[in-house]
Amino acid sequence: MAGKKQFSTFIVDHLLFGVGVEKVQEVIRYQEMTRVPLAPPVVKGLINLRGQIVTAVDLRRRLGLRERPATDLPMNVVIRHEDGAVSLLVDEIGDVLEVEDEAFELPPGTLAGEARELIRGVYKLRDTLLITLDTDKMLNLVPTAARGA
Amino acid sequence: MGDMDDIIREFLVESNENLDQLDRDLVTLEKDPTAREVLASIFRTIHTIKGTTGFLGFSRLESVAHVGESLLSGLRDGRLLLNAEITSALLAMVDAVRQMLVSIETTGQEGDGNYAALIETLTGLQGGESKASAPTESAPASSPADATPAPDEVNPETVNSEPAPPLGEILVKAGAANSEEIDEALKLQHEGDVRHLGEILTEKGTVKHAAVQDALQVQAEARASALSESNIRVDVGLLDKLMNLVGELVLARNQILQFSTTQQDTSFLNTSQRLNLITTELQEGVMKTRMQPIGNIWSKFPRVVRDLATACGKQVNIEMEGKETELDKTIIESIKDPLTHLVRNAIDHGIESPEERLAAGKPPEGRLFLRAFHEGGQVNIEISDDGAGIDLERVKQKALEKGLIAPDQAARLNDREVLNLLFLPGFSTAEKVTNVSGRGVGMDVVKTNIEKIGGTVDIQNRVGHGTTVKIKIPLTLAIIPALVVTSGGNRYAIPQVSLLELVRLEGEQARKGIEMIHGAPVYRLRGNLLPLVNLNHQLGVEETNVSHQLSEQDAVNIVVLQADDRHFGLVVDDINDTEEIVVKPLGKQLKGIPTFAGATIMGDGQVALILDVLGLAQQANVVSEIRDRGVGEKIAGTESRHDDGESLLLLGGPDDGRMAMPLSLVARLEEFARASVEKAEGRHVVQYRGQILPLIHLSSALTERRQEPRSAGPPAPGAEDEKIQVVVYTDQGRSVGLVVDRILDIAHEAVKIQKHSGRHGTLGTMVVQGRVTELLDLKGIITAADPSFFSETVAA
Repeated sequence: MAGKKQFSTFIVDHLLFGVGVEKVQEVIRYQEMTRVPLAPPVVKGLINLRGQIVTAVDLRRRLGLRERPATDLPMNVVIRHEDGAVSLLVDEIGDVLEVEDEAFELPPGTLAGEARELIRGVYKLRDTLLITLDTDKMLNLVPTAARGA
Repeated sequence: MGDMDDIIREFLVESNENLDQLDRDLVTLEKDPTAREVLASIFRTIHTIKGTTGFLGFSRLESVAHVGESLLSGLRDGRLLLNAEITSALLAMVDAVRQMLVSIETTGQEGDGNYAALIETLTGLQGGESKASAPTESAPASSPADATPAPDEVNPETVNSEPAPPLGEILVKAGAANSEEIDEALKLQHEGDVRHLGEILTEKGTVKHAAVQDALQVQAEARASALSESNIRVDVGLLDKLMNLVGELVLARNQILQFSTTQQDTSFLNTSQRLNLITTELQEGVMKTRMQPIGNIWSKFPRVVRDLATACGKQVNIEMEGKETELDKTIIESIKDPLTHLVRNAIDHGIESPEERLAAGKPPEGRLFLRAFHEGGQVNIEISDDGAGIDLERVKQKALEKGLIAPDQAARLNDREVLNLLFLPGFSTAEKVTNVSGRGVGMDVVKTNIEKIGGTVDIQNRVGHGTTVKIKIPLTLAIIPALVVTSGGNRYAIPQVSLLELVRLEGEQARKGIEMIHGAPVYRLRGNLLPLVNLNHQLGVEETNVSHQLSEQDAVNIVVLQADDRHFGLVVDDINDTEEIVVKPLGKQLKGIPTFAGATIMGDGQVALILDVLGLAQQANVVSEIRDRGVGEKIAGTESRHDDGESLLLLGGPDDGRMAMPLSLVARLEEFARASVEKAEGRHVVQYRGQILPLIHLSSALTERRQEPRSAGPPAPGAEDEKIQVVVYTDQGRSVGLVVDRILDIAHEAVKIQKHSGRHGTLGTMVVQGRVTELLDLKGIITAADPSFFSETVAA
């Protein structure tokens, strides 16, 4: 299996994204959410995942993309994270893709905005590009500055 | 090797438990040196430790335990009589053993502590060299071989809690004695014969010595097996996992119950009813496994009290009631330190020296009384002493000296408010700082820790007669009763502990009942003004004018809450019901929001947020936020600001000068690691609560401002992990941080500028706390650093 990686893919605002398949706990359809007032805007709400409370992060907002039309219900890609699970809200779920390491390229320097921090790189597929994300950075919304005791 | 590790671990766990028991026993024994069964239990413990350490090859530990054992055997045989000297030596031995056990646990080695002096002391005492010498022959220092373990000499009749059969019964069964002989011997014991049953029987010649030994052996085995059969050790992690699962089950049950109300099927209804009952019972059962008697932490106190009383030259007797009162394990852990602190306080400050007590007509021995009991779903713990009580005048005096209150405030304080001064950070009435207490970090930490677990602390003072500290804490933190309210279409849970009462205003009342003080709504609750906080407004779920909205509604629901001694009314859209909720933590992404304590899952499967009442109160400025940084706090009832006075934050400025700014302009005090300071657009910034906080260095703003108006100035050279103190100023959602050298204090002072200064960034100088202080022109400094700060609107 050397030289190959598996990615769980999904579509956000017509772009194909992927995260390492080992990071994904499960993929579920739209869940009702409880919104969290005062939370950062990227936190869309809280989901009850079989008794576990999971924070849902809107990937469109996180990546600085256009807002999802209110009529479209997002899907959940539940990611295993250091302190419990976090759900990424995406437009559509894609397949699990196996890609060759040779197809990888670092993101172009022209990439603007916050997305540059979050994108690991790009795999050149035959007819499209697969953008891979750094889940740790993506879920780190807490300012690094230490808060007072 | 793995087996060996297991054995050592087992040994450590057991020994630590035994050592705690030993501390208690020794203190008991000192009070009543004739309590033979206590002595026997001490002997047994030390002997076990000695035996196991010998087997495991910890020779240093073995040698210490050995001399201790020899000394104890002298006591047991009556060759020596226990006195304070011997007790201290034995306690020192326990400490040495404990120290080595810690070392074994962390490093696997005994450590290289030198215990020669201790061993010498212990050996010396065996020879009866102590002043209160042995009553009989001066025993020869026993050689190792002497210390053969005598079989269990506990008089079985006195240890009736053990399920093992009494010695007499065993002897009769074995045919070594008949029941009349046993009865006769027992009668002798009742009449005051202090000898053991076995001794009496052998001395009378009725039973052979060997038979008694055999019977004791049988008894010891029975006792051991009875204990091991009724108890098992369980990993705490497993219990926590079980607790979580039961939490899930409770939620699932709630959902089913909710669903069952829409159903007609009787068998389904019956089943869900049974599920309901079983779940409740299971929940109670699992909660019980996490419960521990408070005696577990109290058991350390007799030793603490003894050591401390000896160190202070006082005589203190500790009494306990309600040792068996049970609390959740996590709560037990978190009240351990506060309780220890209060006990130390009572001895150090409360109870007087024997001379003073005699002069006051009290017995020379002070009394420390610990009491715990359940009441109304909460656990009450009281710590009282019969000492001098708290001198309120001295408390006031101290608070004035430390600048915690202003003179005019002091005059207006009632007794209760004076007692509350004790909880202020930085307060200590101890004349001299001892290693015991009086370091000024005492009561405020106690209060903070207790409040962290949803508890309250209260002091009752009887001058000349003593002090009682009352603590109320919830039974458990995992599942709590809560009031569910609706606001902005979402449900929120409010922990019942903070809830005082519910008020509903309708019609005319709703329109007239709420009055405004300069834009702040208040309600007259039984004659007192209750500040109102609108939940929608606080959560930002409905950006409407509060006053407008309140008067428009035909009914107003007010949830009266208590936060940190302050009462306030939370206005919500609707009040639903009370419910047992399972507290779940919020994810890392949401931890920074002070308004929420967690989340829970409601009966219908939806997630609801749990409000953090204290955080909410702080956000709404019902309570001063400064408190959590430990700088100072305004006292309840003295908050109303005088016309001529203002609270000032005192700062250490550059070149050691003192500077002040009005506390009302300060949003928060923060501390950042110097390494977290980043640079953007040529300015220093830090990431703060999801925003970028521009920094202005006070030192450069005051000196270099004219040359470089837009620069925040370089950070002073220093280690990267150094902390910087930042005063956060917020205006219309925009914040800026002022980096200062030191935050000194908070003072309440009339702002009378005595000399208007020409220096940029200051308004002038004034006298605060008797020192010349420069008053900062905060807005001027900010405008100079960022001319657009006050004009730009908030970027959404």
